[in-house]
Amino acid sequence: MSELPTSWCGQSVERVEDAALLTGRGRFIDDLGVRPGTLHAAILRSPHAHAKIVAIRADAARALPGVAAVILAEDVTALPASLVVGVKAPIECWPIATDRVRYVGEPVAVVVAASRYIAEDALDLIEVDYQTLPAVVDPLAALDGTQPILHDGLRSNLASERRFRYGDPERAFAEATHRIAVTIKYPRNSCTPMETYGLIAEYDAGEDAYDVTANFMGPFSLHAVMARALKVPGNRFRLRTPPDSGGSFGVKQGVFPYIVLMGIAARVAGRPVKWVEDRLEHLAASVSATNRVTTLRAAVDADGRVRALDWNQIEDVGAHIRAPEPATLYRMHGNLGGAYDIRNIAVRNRVVLTNKAPTGLNRGFGGPQVYYALERLMQRIAVILKLDPADVIRRNLVPSGAFPYRTATGAIYDSGDYPLAFEKALTDGGYAALRQRQAEARAQGRLYGIGMTAAIEPSVSNMGYITTVLTPEERRKAGPKNGAQATATIALDPVGSVSVHVSSVPQGQGHRTVLSQIVADALGLKPSDVRVVAELDTGRDAWSIASGNYSSRFAAAVGGAAHLAAEKIKAKLAKIAAAQLNVPPEEIEFAGGRARARGNPDNNVAFGRLAATSHWSPGLVPEENQALRETVFWSPPQLTPPSENDEINSSLCHGFIFDFCGVEIDRVTGALRIDKYVTMHDCGRILHPGMVEGQITGGFAHAVGAALYEEYSYGPDGSFQTGTFADYLVPTTMEVPTPVILHIETPSPFTPLGTKGVGEGNCMSTPVCLANAAADALGASDIDLPLTPAKLAALFHPAEAAPPATVRPQPVKTGKGRALQGQGQAQANAAPADVWRMLLDPKTLEAIIPGCHGVEKLSDTHFRADVTLGVGPVTGRYRADIKLSDLDEPKAVTLSGTVTGALGDAKGAGHITLTPTDTGGALLAYEYDAEIGGKVASIGGRLLDGAAKIVIRQFFEALARHTGGPARTGLFARLFGRGA
Amino acid sequence: MHRLSADRRHRVRFTLNGKPVEADAEPRMLLTDFLRHELGQTGTHVGCEHGVCGACTIEIDGVPARACLTLAVQADGATIRTVEGLAPEPGRLSVLQDAFRRHHALQCGFCTAGILMSLDGYLRRHSAPTEAELREFLGGHLCRCTGYTPILAAALDAAKTLREVPAHA
Repeated sequence: MSELPTSWCGQSVERVEDAALLTGRGRFIDDLGVRPGTLHAAILRSPHAHAKIVAIRADAARALPGVAAVILAEDVTALPASLVVGVKAPIECWPIATDRVRYVGEPVAVVVAASRYIAEDALDLIEVDYQTLPAVVDPLAALDGTQPILHDGLRSNLASERRFRYGDPERAFAEATHRIAVTIKYPRNSCTPMETYGLIAEYDAGEDAYDVTANFMGPFSLHAVMARALKVPGNRFRLRTPPDSGGSFGVKQGVFPYIVLMGIAARVAGRPVKWVEDRLEHLAASVSATNRVTTLRAAVDADGRVRALDWNQIEDVGAHIRAPEPATLYRMHGNLGGAYDIRNIAVRNRVVLTNKAPTGLNRGFGGPQVYYALERLMQRIAVILKLDPADVIRRNLVPSGAFPYRTATGAIYDSGDYPLAFEKALTDGGYAALRQRQAEARAQGRLYGIGMTAAIEPSVSNMGYITTVLTPEERRKAGPKNGAQATATIALDPVGSVSVHVSSVPQGQGHRTVLSQIVADALGLKPSDVRVVAELDTGRDAWSIASGNYSSRFAAAVGGAAHLAAEKIKAKLAKIAAAQLNVPPEEIEFAGGRARARGNPDNNVAFGRLAATSHWSPGLVPEENQALRETVFWSPPQLTPPSENDEINSSLCHGFIFDFCGVEIDRVTGALRIDKYVTMHDCGRILHPGMVEGQITGGFAHAVGAALYEEYSYGPDGSFQTGTFADYLVPTTMEVPTPVILHIETPSPFTPLGTKGVGEGNCMSTPVCLANAAADALGASDIDLPLTPAKLAALFHPAEAAPPATVRPQPVKTGKGRALQGQGQAQANAAPADVWRMLLDPKTLEAIIPGCHGVEKLSDTHFRADVTLGVGPVTGRYRADIKLSDLDEPKAVTLSGTVTGALGDAKGAGHITLTPTDTGGALLAYEYDAEIGGKVASIGGRLLDGAAKIVIRQFFEALARHTGGPARTGLFARLFGRGA
Repeated sequence: MHRLSADRRHRVRFTLNGKPVEADAEPRMLLTDFLRHELGQTGTHVGCEHGVCGACTIEIDGVPARACLTLAVQADGATIRTVEGLAPEPGRLSVLQDAFRRHHALQCGFCTAGILMSLDGYLRRHSAPTEAELREFLGGHLCRCTGYTPILAAALDAAKTLREVPAHA
C-alpha cells in the first residue's frame, strides 16, 4: 500500500457536503417531509411599534374552512412560563405580545391551518383594535425620562447598568498629555442568512412531551430556557436539527421563541405544526445586532501611547431582553483593550429598551460595536497627534513574547506575535505602495483615504461571561457559570468503519469534512473512511449547554474534542493490536489503514479488522478496553467564572487581525469604492486552508455590507422601513471586491489541535477600517455607518441652496412615520356647488374612489369606506375613517382621518379647494399630508409616494369624469399628468 | 385568454428536466411551492419570495426565471430545468458543479441552486466571459456565505474547461 500524506489537516480537501448541495439533494428544514395531518402556521404581527391591544376578534378566522386553531396570547400565557431574562429586572419576555405590542412585527396571533395559503388568508380575517402609544426609538432618548416606559415592572427604560474599574484609570487620565474621545452610533444590521427560520413542532399529550425539529443553531443553553418556558423537564423537550441549514451567522439562535410558540400551537391544535418564516418576518422581527451609542475616551502620551480607556456604552437591545442578551455587550469584556497593552480601563455599561425588534447573535457579536469605537479612536489619536496611524498601532500593540497575556479586564490572550503579523502585513500587503498611490490620487484632486485596524478575534466563548452583567453578589447567589463543554463521539461498527458524531450544528461551514480529516489523521485512515453526522437530537446525542455553532468555536473546541475522542479510541485499539501483534501498545502506530509495529511495518493488522474486534470477539478484550464507542467532553480550564473584581476571560482563544485598505470616494455622488483591501490573520493552526479563506471572504462580504449599505431602518414612530431585500441592501458581486489575505500561524497552547476560531474577525475589523479610510479621505472626525453615498456626500458637499421662491414650500411635517405629501389639480365640467354635492354623496364617492367596495355615511361630516388598494406587489383591503372639517361650502374642505388594514395604516389630512372657471366648471386643487406605518411602510416604502399620487389622482380624475370633465386617459397624461 | 377560476385547483403539466410532470394547483400557487411541495423537487430554494435574492432561479423555456415570481399555472406547457437536472448522471457532477466543489464556491448551499441555474445557461451562451462580465451577470444573486470570490473563480474555471472539452457539458 502506498503511503498517504502524514496529515490530512492542513489540506484543502473537497467537502463531503458538496455533492448533495450541488445537485439539489440538500435536506434543509423545509425539504423534510412532515407527518400526515401536519398543520401549517402563519403569524399575525403587530403593525405598530408601541400600542395597547384593546381587542382581538378572531371568530371569522376560526370559521374559515381549513383553519384548525387560532392561538392568542391567553393560550400562551395560560400554559408555560415567560422566557428567562438574563438580567435581574422585573421584566417578562413572552414569545407573543400579551397586553401590548412593543415592536413592529411582534407576534400577536398564530393561525394553524391545512395549508400556509389558508393560514395566511385567515390572518386577514383577524381584527385587532390597537390603541397606539408613543414609541421609544432612540437609545439616548430612552434614557431621558420623558419617554413612555416599555415594561410595567421598570421605573425607566434602563434595564441594567454596571460600572467597572481596572487598574487606575483616574490617575492615568489625570497624568496624560492628551485626552482624546470619540462618540459613535453603531447601527442595527443583520447577516440575514439566505434560509429563514423554520421548524416542525409536535406535542405528545400522553407523555406531556414536545418534539421539535428546527434550524436552531445553539447555544443549547437556550434548550433550558425553552424547556422551562414550556414547563417540562429537559427530557420532555426533544430538540432536533435538520441535516442542512442555509446559513446562520448567529441569527438562527433567534428561532428559539418560535420553537416555544409553535410548541404551544401544536399543543393547542393537537396536531404537528410546521412554520417557515418569510423574508419580511425575518427582516422585521428575527434578530439583529444591537445598535449602540459609545463614548470612548483615551488618556494618551505625547507619542501616541494609550495609557487608559474610559468606555461609556449604551446598548439598545430592543423591546425585550431576550436570552442570551445582554450578551452582545459583554462578549468582548475581556478584550476591551483590543490588541493593545492598556492596563487602566473604566467601563460604564447601560442596557436600554426601545420599540425595536429584540436583538441577538449576529456574526462578530459585540466585536463590531467595540472595534468601531476603539479603532476610530486610534485613528483620531493619529490625526490629532499628526502621526501615521500605523505608528499609533505599532506603539500600543501587546509586545511579542508577552503570551499568554492577561488583559486588564481579565482575558488571557493565548498566543500570538502581534508586532510580527503587523509588520509582515505592512510589508507583504504593500503599505508603502498604497501611500504612494494615495499621494498620486490626491495630487489629481481625488478623494482617496487609507484606513487601518488592529483587532483581537475572540473565539470559544466562556459560558460564564454573560454573568459579568450581574454584580459579584448576584453572581454568588446564582452560583458560578463558566466553561464551554465541547463533545464528540466516535463509534466503530462491526465491519470496523468509523462514525463520528458532534453537536456543533453546522450551517454550511463544512464541519463534517474537517472532522473527517481530524479523525483520519488520528487513526491513520483516509477522510473518506470516516463518516460524520452533524445533525443533533437532544433526546439521543451527547450535548451540553455550550453545544451549537457560535463564537467560532468549531475548529478550536469541537475539532479538539473530536481529536481527543479519536485519541482515546486509538489508545484502546493500540492495546488490542498489541495483543495481536505481540508488541507493547506504545510500539503500535496507525498509518495507511493499518495498525503496525513501529519499525516493523510487516507486522500489522488491517484497521477494519482491528476495529471490529470488540463487536465480534469481546471475550478477547479486557472489559475496560472494549473499543466500540467513545464520547469525550472537553471544557478548557482557562474559562473560569468572573472574579470578585469582575475580571473575565470571556473567550478561550484570541486570534489577531490587522487590516488596511485604500478607498476612493466619488467627488460627485459620494459613493465609496474599495480600491485595495489587505487582511492579515493569525488564527492559530489552520486545518483546511480553503475553508479558512472562505470564512474570511464571507466575513469580509458581510462587513462590506455592514459598512456601506445595510441598516435596519426605523422611522421616528418605530415603523420598520427595510422589509425587503430591495430596501435592506445586501452586497452582490458588484460591491464586494476580493481582499488580499495574509496569514501567520501561532498555535494556541490552550486547544488540543492548536487551532483558534476564524470567520467573525472581518465583521469586527473591516467596517471600522473602511470608515477610517473614508474619514481619512474626507478629513472627517465623526463618521457613522453605513457609509452611504448620501451620508458621505453630506460631509464634503456644501449645504444645498434654498429652493427658488417660486417653488411652493412643502407643508411642515410634525415628523413621525414614513411621510407622504403631494398636491395636484383636476378640471371638472360642473359648477363648484355641484362638485361639492358629489363630494359629500356616498353613492358618488363609492363610484369614484378607486377600489371602493362601499361608503357609509355616519353623519354629514363622517364617512367610513372599505377599499382595496395596491402598492406595487402588495394589494390589501383597508378601512378608511374620514371626517370633514373647515367646511366652506362650496369653496373648500379639509378631510382628515385614518386608513387601517392588515397591511398597514395611515393617518393624514387633505385640503381641497374648488374654484369656478370661466367656462362654468370648477378647478379642484388638492394637497395632502399623511404618515404611513405597518407592513406597507416596511416593504413598499420606495413605491408609496408614486402609488399614493396615482390613487389620489385617479380619484380626482374620476370625479372630473363624473362631471363630464376632461378625463385624461392617455398614457402620457396618466404618467405625466399635471400636478401630483 | 384562458380564464382560471380562483377557487379551484387546475391541472398543470410541463416538462421538468426532460420528463413530463403534472399536478393540481390553485391559480395563486407559486411555482416554487408547486415544484417543492407538489412535485417534491426541493432543490429549488426560496430565499425572499420577492425576486431579489435569486435562490429560486430556474430555467423556463431556456430563459432564467425567478420561480418565486411565477405562478404554477403560468408554467403549464413549458419546458423547465432545475438544479436537479444539471448533473449528467447520479454520482457524477457537471463541469460547473465540479468547479464549484473544487473552488469551495458554496458553504451552506442554499443560494447555490439559483446561481448554478443562472450560470449554466450563461456559460452556454458566453463561452469566454471575463471576471467583470461574470460579476455583472451574477449581480442578480445574493450569497451570504462565500463573499463571491470563490464563485467567480469556479465560474471562470468552468468556462475554461467547457471551452477545452465542450463534450463535458
